Amino acid sequence: MDAEISLRVDGESHRLTVDTRTTLLDALRERLGNTSPKKGCDHGQCGACTVLLDGRRSLICLALAVAHDGAEITTADGLAPAGELHPVQQAFLEQDAFQCGYCTPGQVCSAVGVLDEVDRGWPSHVTEDLTGDVELSHDEVAERMSGNLCRCAAYVNIVPAVQQAGGAR
Amino acid sequence: MKPFSYARPGDVAEAVREVAAEPNAVFLAGGTNLVDHLKLGVATPDLVVDVRTLTSQEVTDLPDGGLRLGAASTNSEVAADRRVRERYPVLAQALLAGATGQLRNAATTGGNPLQRTRCVYFQDVTTPCNKREPGSGCSAVGGYTRYHAVLGVDAALPDPDAPGTCIATHPSDMAVALAALDAQVQVLGPSGARTLPFTDLHRLPGDDPATDTTLGHGELITAIDLPPLPAGTRSAYRKVRDRASYAFALVSVAAVVTDDGVRLALGGVAHTPWRATRAEELLRGRALTDDVVRAAMDAELAAAQPQPGIDGGNGFKIPLVHRTVVATLRQLTTEAQA
Amino acid sequence: MTDLLEPRAIGQALVRRDGEQKVRGTATYAYETPVENPAFCHPVQATIARGRVTAMDTAAAEALDGVLAVLTPFNAERLASTDDAEYAVLQSPEVAFRGQLIGVVVAETSELAREVADGITVAYAEQPHDSELRTDRPDLYAPEQVNAGHPTDTSEGDVEAAMRSAEVTVDHTYETQMLHNNPIEPHATTALWEPGADVPLTLWDSTQGVHPDRAAVSEVFGLDEQQVRVVCPYVGGGFGSKGNPHANVMLVAMAARALPGRPVKLALTRQQMFFLAGYRTPTIQRLQLAADRRGRLQAIAIDVVEQTSKVKEFAEQTGVPTRMMYASPNRRSTHRLAALDVPIPSWMRAPGECPGMFGPEVALDELAEELGMDPVQLRIVNEPDVDPDTGKPWSSRHLVECLREGAQRFGWSDRGPGRRREGDWFVGYGVASSVYPTMRQATSTANVRFERGRYVAEIGAADLGTGAWTVLPQIAADALGVDVADVEVRIGDTRYPTASVAGGSSGTNTWGSAVSVAAREFRDKFGTDPHDGDEASGDVDQAAMDEDHAAYAFGAQFAEVRVHADTGELRVPRLTGVFACGRIINPRTARSQLIGGMTMGMSMALHENSVFDPRIGQVANHDLAEYHISVNADVQQIEAHWLDEHDPYVNVMGSKGIGEIGITGTAAAVVNAVHHATGVRVRSLPVTLDKMVPGLP
Repeated sequence: MDAEISLRVDGESHRLTVDTRTTLLDALRERLGNTSPKKGCDHGQCGACTVLLDGRRSLICLALAVAHDGAEITTADGLAPAGELHPVQQAFLEQDAFQCGYCTPGQVCSAVGVLDEVDRGWPSHVTEDLTGDVELSHDEVAERMSGNLCRCAAYVNIVPAVQQAGGAR
Repeated sequence: MKPFSYARPGDVAEAVREVAAEPNAVFLAGGTNLVDHLKLGVATPDLVVDVRTLTSQEVTDLPDGGLRLGAASTNSEVAADRRVRERYPVLAQALLAGATGQLRNAATTGGNPLQRTRCVYFQDVTTPCNKREPGSGCSAVGGYTRYHAVLGVDAALPDPDAPGTCIATHPSDMAVALAALDAQVQVLGPSGARTLPFTDLHRLPGDDPATDTTLGHGELITAIDLPPLPAGTRSAYRKVRDRASYAFALVSVAAVVTDDGVRLALGGVAHTPWRATRAEELLRGRALTDDVVRAAMDAELAAAQPQPGIDGGNGFKIPLVHRTVVATLRQLTTEAQA
Repeated sequence: MTDLLEPRAIGQALVRRDGEQKVRGTATYAYETPVENPAFCHPVQATIARGRVTAMDTAAAEALDGVLAVLTPFNAERLASTDDAEYAVLQSPEVAFRGQLIGVVVAETSELAREVADGITVAYAEQPHDSELRTDRPDLYAPEQVNAGHPTDTSEGDVEAAMRSAEVTVDHTYETQMLHNNPIEPHATTALWEPGADVPLTLWDSTQGVHPDRAAVSEVFGLDEQQVRVVCPYVGGGFGSKGNPHANVMLVAMAARALPGRPVKLALTRQQMFFLAGYRTPTIQRLQLAADRRGRLQAIAIDVVEQTSKVKEFAEQTGVPTRMMYASPNRRSTHRLAALDVPIPSWMRAPGECPGMFGPEVALDELAEELGMDPVQLRIVNEPDVDPDTGKPWSSRHLVECLREGAQRFGWSDRGPGRRREGDWFVGYGVASSVYPTMRQATSTANVRFERGRYVAEIGAADLGTGAWTVLPQIAADALGVDVADVEVRIGDTRYPTASVAGGSSGTNTWGSAVSVAAREFRDKFGTDPHDGDEASGDVDQAAMDEDHAAYAFGAQFAEVRVHADTGELRVPRLTGVFACGRIINPRTARSQLIGGMTMGMSMALHENSVFDPRIGQVANHDLAEYHISVNADVQQIEAHWLDEHDPYVNVMGSKGIGEIGITGTAAAVVNAVHHATGVRVRSLPVTLDKMVPGLP
């Protein structure tokens, strides 16, 4: 069963027809040719498809496209204009916070979301004082980035990359 | 994935009517569990009714001093809410121990407690499962039982062929905290609105493992109310899992300690969030020393049934949840004294 | 002896050349290849572990609008070669393991392909299956050889006699678990069959080697290699599982051939990868150590039992590192296999060395305990002068230096007697050695061409995140004596000269040697002032090859482990590795590989476990929610250091390979630290909290 929806992806508006079963991830990858968000598990278990969905980091493999008609999506490719890099991306490069690169766009989007959540003062599982301030400590970043598996295991470089980008804001 | 129709009605009442009218219809909120199950072929609805934008996304104060969590409020927003963090730390901690930042941004107050019980065989449509295909048997008995139940189960190796056999556990962390908080569930259904205690929301498999909750078809959670807690209440959620993050609980404990006593709920041990009423009774009015708590937990776990299975089974959960309760209550009493 | 290249670009911590595309997500992986009007495939898998497909009801599926093809054992094309049973896809209705491919649906959309594939009813004649690995099976057998061509068994002296007469002995059985590689990019392909074209079959495939991939596919389909092109500029991780093509590649090629002119795409689901993409066999290792009171080994023996599939043999060389690590007059190693009705095991990061450095390195810890000796010192006193296996001198061996430097960096001297409690946690330290052989593959060719003022090196190499895009230019620059900015490298396409697989930590050694030869040939032919279009090629076999030395990289890993006193939860706050792995071409990418290996080793120690359900013949926890890979929060401080090692025998770069050594020994170091922390000796991986709880106060 098909439905017509509109999406705004990386600043560009699209009108497209999707199957009611189509996820946002497949809509981007297979209909719109935007393969920046990756499919690693397709079940919300790896984080490779993380994008900013209406401003919040989200897994779009578990989001039906038809349920997000009118959504605003920013992928890692839309974080900065062509030829430039977002501070998180720059930090990932400098810290060598990836190897194969497949989980990386999701890590980058997740990190952008993390920095925003920290700015809002959102606590995490490792925040000692739930009512206090949140710092960009190793443990805070590592916990918040734990929704993004990296099989190459660049974790020890991802944390300083996020901290670097956070400090550079 | 089987094809399905999609509807986004104009309001909650219409959503309830649409689902009630179609026997094979389901509600869709954050989608983190339903879409997973659609892909696996575990959920095969004909109609998906989207309520994500229909119920309230707000956390509001109740006149009695409690809080109302709109069904569409996300897990991350509830966990970040100052009032929740200050007054209901057990809930904030449970939410923050669950899933990941991305999933918490999608998962909702109404949807989280309604996620299905978890079992690798339930999720695999090529294996028999009484929950998925009533009467087909239970593949988990004698199988991979690490994440399975020890409470609310009749025997150490229940009859896998009996239609009522199911040893799956409820995976929600949030639900364990809500059980300990004596939350109330606001429901709208085809025959009107009702309120039910959160501890009555989930059910043991009984002779109908396919049904996880007591909600009728077409009944929708519109809000969850947190009752006010007496001054001086302390609460905490402790989750024990195989990874430091992003893993379901092996066991978890939600504890709410007031002057009157302890409210205790356990996760990862049963088909429902398990309210440890027997232990609560034994702890009422007692000083929470390790020995007293141990005795209470001995009583609570007396009926526990370790499930043998490949990879060692799950008998470890009994001492583990016992120790975790003792440690959690010790922490709360130590903090209270400090 | 080889004159090593003068390091100018080599040794620089250059940023990855493919980095910008990767952080933006614009690097194009196999499934993402932009093609016109693709069709989508979804496989059908067997749901029995042994038997025969008697019927598949596909009529309704084929009649559906949007379904382009349904291939089954009953209508698929007959392949030219079925010599490799893994690749004999849809050639017979026989089912050899649960999850085996028995069909594929090709449709206009991925949603439809999946729905139709999942809806096909299959009738089976099921037979009892046998998929349980046990050491008491009467049908265990000795394979002709084990992986990488090693002999199955070795024996020297009399281990049993030494065990009877020695002052101290250790005799225990250790188990490593079944593991799945699980690269985050699933096994995926875009395929196009154009019958009239010069190169009729094009595969954009996620592979660790475009040329080995092409060789396998062309043989299976009876094509000349020149009729097949494989393209793979980026690989989203492989860890061995993309070293050989698996059945999915043959299936998608078959689907493409059924739809001439139409590109088709197939990506395995994560769940399917647990059946079809290879895995590391579980191993059961009996270790016997005999020593004198000063710790000198009198005997060392390892007897390995592991599994393979009935349909195709893979024999993990688990006993091989025991043959060469330590000096001992009496030695034995054996491998026995159980051939089961199970999916086909294959390469996973450091096959052999990874599981094979678990049993021995834990047994040594147990021996050190028996002796009341420092485990670092125990390893040092058993340092062999020459390779105990071959008798050859070492090209270089700095294990002792790694142990000493590691101990110093880690603070090993603070170790104390054990069971130290800090707050709610028991704290312990553990150590183990690491090893990996230095390999170079037999074939690889590179071209060097002068193009518009720059040097272009071409070779069909693969970058799985290892850094080939970045380090090959460094090698080419030094081999040509030019600035690295003036060198461009093109890889990942069979249009470029033949390259070996990115496996066995041999990529840089092999491809770098070929590039160096090509550069030398180029300079010999054209001097330092070439013209546009000047081109030379070089083969790895023109590079000097030393046969007289045993060449290995060594290392030492130190772990701090914390075990929660109430719950038994395990944490690894620190891992320190010191490696002697020849010359490091690029410290930035090298450190990432070593740290990545160590982290994967920690993940093996604590988290990963494919729980095989022998009742149904499949991995019960076949997804990433239940198969736990370590997450960011599991990792705290992981350091990788290296010695400035000069090895003049291995190759002109002086490099030994670093992709795999990091995962070897890690699990043993963690397990040894757990014992130090709690007194609980775990001999079966992974170490999970349920194994801790009974030993807690």
